[in-house]
Amino acid sequence: MTIANIDAAWIDAALTAARPQAVAALLRYFRDLDTAEEAFQDACLRALKAWPKNGPPRDPTAWLILVGRNAALDGVRKSSRSAPLPPEELISDLEDAEASLVDRLDGEHYRDDVLRLLFICCHPDLPATQQVAVALRIVSGLSVRQIARAFLVGESAMEQRITRAKARIGAADVPFGAPSLEERAQRLNAVAAMVYLVFNEGYSAGGKELLTRGALCDEAIRLARLLLRLFPSEPEIMGLTALLLLQHARAPARFDADGAVVLLEDQDRSLWNDRMIAEGLALIDKAVRHRRPGPYLVQAAIAAEHDRAERPEDTNWARIDLLYGDLEQLAPSPVVTLNRAVAVSKVAGPEAALAMIEPLAPKLSGYFHFFGLRGGLLLQLGRKNEARVAFDQAIALASTAAEAAHIRLHLDRLMKEGAGG
Amino acid sequence: MLYAILCYNFEDVIGAWTPAEDALVMARLGTVEAGLATADRLGATARLLPTTAAVTLRKGRQEEGREALVIDGPFAETKEQLLGFYVVDCADLEAAIAVARDLAAANPDRGAYEIRPLAVYRPGCLTQAGARRANRRGVGA
Repeated sequence: MTIANIDAAWIDAALTAARPQAVAALLRYFRDLDTAEEAFQDACLRALKAWPKNGPPRDPTAWLILVGRNAALDGVRKSSRSAPLPPEELISDLEDAEASLVDRLDGEHYRDDVLRLLFICCHPDLPATQQVAVALRIVSGLSVRQIARAFLVGESAMEQRITRAKARIGAADVPFGAPSLEERAQRLNAVAAMVYLVFNEGYSAGGKELLTRGALCDEAIRLARLLLRLFPSEPEIMGLTALLLLQHARAPARFDADGAVVLLEDQDRSLWNDRMIAEGLALIDKAVRHRRPGPYLVQAAIAAEHDRAERPEDTNWARIDLLYGDLEQLAPSPVVTLNRAVAVSKVAGPEAALAMIEPLAPKLSGYFHFFGLRGGLLLQLGRKNEARVAFDQAIALASTAAEAAHIRLHLDRLMKEGAGG
Repeated sequence: MLYAILCYNFEDVIGAWTPAEDALVMARLGTVEAGLATADRLGATARLLPTTAAVTLRKGRQEEGREALVIDGPFAETKEQLLGFYVVDCADLEAAIAVARDLAAANPDRGAYEIRPLAVYRPGCLTQAGARRANRRGVGA
């Protein structure tokens, strides 16, 4: 790339890519989130001016950290009326300064910086949606407007929410020392869960919201890849990244032109993203070699069974049943058992599946999918009246228009066939 | 002469491209490739998946009887240089590692093999005979 045509899109991508590392390093330096964010912002503005003129730096992240740190220090000096630092266009040999900084950026130091930045967003006092909003603002650098649109709330409401959440984070004790092995593992767990939350915010979006919310899935995948680069030998981080990729690969086929849900078995599989599937499968292969299967890896393996099947009838349901069995052991929950029942219905029939989910009723009495599946199984068994009751309950619990519309299809079909059973 | 053109870039920057930007770059590269293909000059091309999808087989020192070690992640040491690459069809990662082990055994020197899945592969139009002719031409035959 020549200096003359360094393109705005490239700068934009470089700034986005550098953000987590740069803000994390500035946070360690200043020990204050607002100062770190402002310093990074300042560095970005200077990059927009300097990079088209001087060409891209060899290491954009190191450049942004160095310039951001100088800019913030400069601000301190100005307020104390001492001499300002020279503007970075005049710093003749940034390269040397960069080189020494790059050395320091390598290694564990750096890794713990980024982990810390992600970890402070997982403050246990913050509700899940606020963790996600704060992470998107601080780590991913989405604008308040973009986040507000993704959460379908007004901009000022989101602004307030983020400000309150950040105040809470600021008041909390952020440990700046190097974490112990155990602390690091705990942080990594919390951060992985938060990345999965970001993904689910996007994944659960309906058809028409997909344009704005779907970007959250891409963002989550970027964060997962970032974690994987920092912790290359963690099988659960490989599993998490694979899970997100294998689920998101189906995004182009999940909704029809009207925004209605298209079920897995009805999806046009030629629309699935082959590159994401290949990457997800490769990560599972890597993770399996560690022989320490965790919940993310097993869920990724389940997603992989669906993605591997060229036609719905090629799906290996017996294997999916086994994998759900593993997941029940690793992370028991009524929702896991509910999902397993879908596989059981394919392997052993609807009666066995219904018997499996009946005991879940007290725990899942507020869960849309419980009644959706129950209705479906009853329908297969020809118990139409009971099926209708279950579908009505499902509709009452639907959280998106697409969910409700899907159940309504079943009900309409029942109506057409006439009441019986 | 045949040349391999190896593409290096910051993969986190590439990862920050939107799908539309990625598609635009691929389309522009496609135009360049099409020009080369029309002139019968294009061999196999590949785009690799991110380094996070890679493992590295690091050879053990044979005189010490050490086994080769499989390490998660890319081969990133700067002391050694990329000297060539193979594209092999393998059923899974274990099969790919087995091929790398065979290569390692066949070459008594030290070194490492990065095993990195492909995202895009095109065989191109150069035949073995065409390639030999091309390289002869290169040395002035």
